[in-house]
Amino acid sequence: MLGFIIQRILQAVGVMIVMSVIVFFGVYAIGNPIDIVIPPEATVEIREEAIQRLGLDRPLYEQYLIFVSNLLRGDLGRSFVYNIPVLELIGGRLPATLELVLISVVSATVIGVTLGIYAGYRPDSWIAKTIMAVSVLGFSVPSFWVGLILILTFAVNLGWLPAGGRGDTVQIAGLDWSFPTIDGLSHIVLPAVNLALFKLAMMIRLARAGTREIMLTDTIKFARAAGLSEGTILRRHLLKLISIPIITVFGLELGSTLAFAVVTETIFSWPGVGKLIIDSIAVLDRPVMVAYLILVAFLFVTINFVIDLVFALIDPRVRRGMSA
Amino acid sequence: MSAPVLSVRNLRTHFFTRAGVVKAVDGVSFDLSAGEIMGLVGESGSGKTVTGFSLLGLIDEPGRIVEGSIKLNGVELTSLPDAELRARRGKDISMIFQDPIATLNPMLTIGQQMKLAIDAHERLGKRAAEARAAELLTQVGIPSAVARLRSYPHEFSGGMRQRVAIAIALLHRPAVIVADEPTTALDVSIQAQILFQMRDLANETGTALIWISHDLAVVSSLAKKLAVMYAGRIVEQGPTAALLRDPRHPYTAGLIASLPAMATPGTPLVQIPGTTPSLLSLPTGCPFAPRCELATSDCNTEPEITFVGDRGWRCFHPVSHARELTT
Repeated sequence: MLGFIIQRILQAVGVMIVMSVIVFFGVYAIGNPIDIVIPPEATVEIREEAIQRLGLDRPLYEQYLIFVSNLLRGDLGRSFVYNIPVLELIGGRLPATLELVLISVVSATVIGVTLGIYAGYRPDSWIAKTIMAVSVLGFSVPSFWVGLILILTFAVNLGWLPAGGRGDTVQIAGLDWSFPTIDGLSHIVLPAVNLALFKLAMMIRLARAGTREIMLTDTIKFARAAGLSEGTILRRHLLKLISIPIITVFGLELGSTLAFAVVTETIFSWPGVGKLIIDSIAVLDRPVMVAYLILVAFLFVTINFVIDLVFALIDPRVRRGMSA
Repeated sequence: MSAPVLSVRNLRTHFFTRAGVVKAVDGVSFDLSAGEIMGLVGESGSGKTVTGFSLLGLIDEPGRIVEGSIKLNGVELTSLPDAELRARRGKDISMIFQDPIATLNPMLTIGQQMKLAIDAHERLGKRAAEARAAELLTQVGIPSAVARLRSYPHEFSGGMRQRVAIAIALLHRPAVIVADEPTTALDVSIQAQILFQMRDLANETGTALIWISHDLAVVSSLAKKLAVMYAGRIVEQGPTAALLRDPRHPYTAGLIASLPAMATPGTPLVQIPGTTPSLLSLPTGCPFAPRCELATSDCNTEPEITFVGDRGWRCFHPVSHARELTT
């Protein structure tokens, strides 16, 4: 097990190194940020001075090495545009995205798996058919459109929920959070529903497919033959047997939603990191883009690592593969 | 003979599929006394397994028991509500399956799975449940049983897994165990071990055993009586020795003749001509008639089962000697 963890950590380091190279050079290739940072009427001296100050006059590999050595010291550079440390910039936006995404992905999973198991367990009931119809909608209706309809319905016409922003926030551990306040929660509801819909549909499909497959196996028949009640069979046997693909997708969705909840954040003017990256791409704010993409890579590597550990925790066969 | 623990009368289990009604079990009757072993023999699709599942009330949609009676210890099972049927499954009647790799849950320890099976019927403390589970594992021949409770199925060999499944089936000392080809997926040497162990366990505990198999040779070494199934019906039943020596139904005769042990070395094995009919389009009359050398126009109506002593057969033209058919 320890060997497995060390091996995975080394792999993660490798991925991070490769990612940093790709991101750094890729972003460099996009364009010269100096034209955006410096007003066009600036003198040549000012221009030269700015280029020197930002380190843009050095060869590319040197810039990369400086970036990496700063990175290792926890310094991701300063934003060209806001002129504050990137980490501070992202840190200020991250809680907003984090709470929104966690609430929507977790509730989509819990509700989706429950509905999916039901739909797989009683595939011919009208409730199951309704659930599946909803999941088709969730898959096929574009997210931005659903967001607009949600705002139109619940914010504009009914006036029940706010249309955008974070509402009241509370400081916990030096960061601002919306979820502990009623007003904050009411602001989260619509964007969370918007984000959750697609994931809900996917979880329903996954859980239903798994349930239908597992319920026909001899494992379930044998459990029934031993007199186990249907509830026990669903809770103790089925849930574990369908969990592997669900956890995989949960991890992937969590990562990609944290990184790229851009559409929903834009529609609901939610001040999260998704909006930040889009804005910084628009103005070629190179340090922010690089830092953000590096953080996203780190996020994915971490989530995958945790998921592997969770697999080992629930599936003894995976555990055996690790010690071997 | 004492009163039978299990008495099945005219059992009919049909599946209502889109393609039509599949009469998987269509008129099965037999009695089983305590500790008795009955072999249920037939080809694939003859309704053996569906008969087994019917006994436990585990027929999935679109199937259902449409007729007949199953009395276990005098209680009619076919009219019991689901909850009461469940309370009897695993306690009074249990089942073992063909493939031990598929039956055990790979993600739970043996101990957890046995505990679930115990909890289904009894409130036992953790300690007592463990002791019971270990006792049964020992009984089915698993060494260092207490330690093995913490093992997962993949840490066992196929034969050992089947022993675990048998131990789970035996947990509540059921009156009847339905064993659905439990040795088919195992090595021949392990097969024999498990076969004789099951026989001994049945003897010791008084548990009656229905041994479902397509292999007449395996069953006949174990079972005191045999029932031969064809197209959802029992076509012949009776004591093993008499039935093997002197089969009456042409199908039984054909099965016995096709046993490799019956063949003269160097000659091809005897086959029954034709194939099993589709249960969706059975011929009217005797379903075996199209494959039968002795069939006449009488066979266009279906024969009822004829009982003579402890033997019974469904045939208008019973053979009197097996050798007549072996050509």
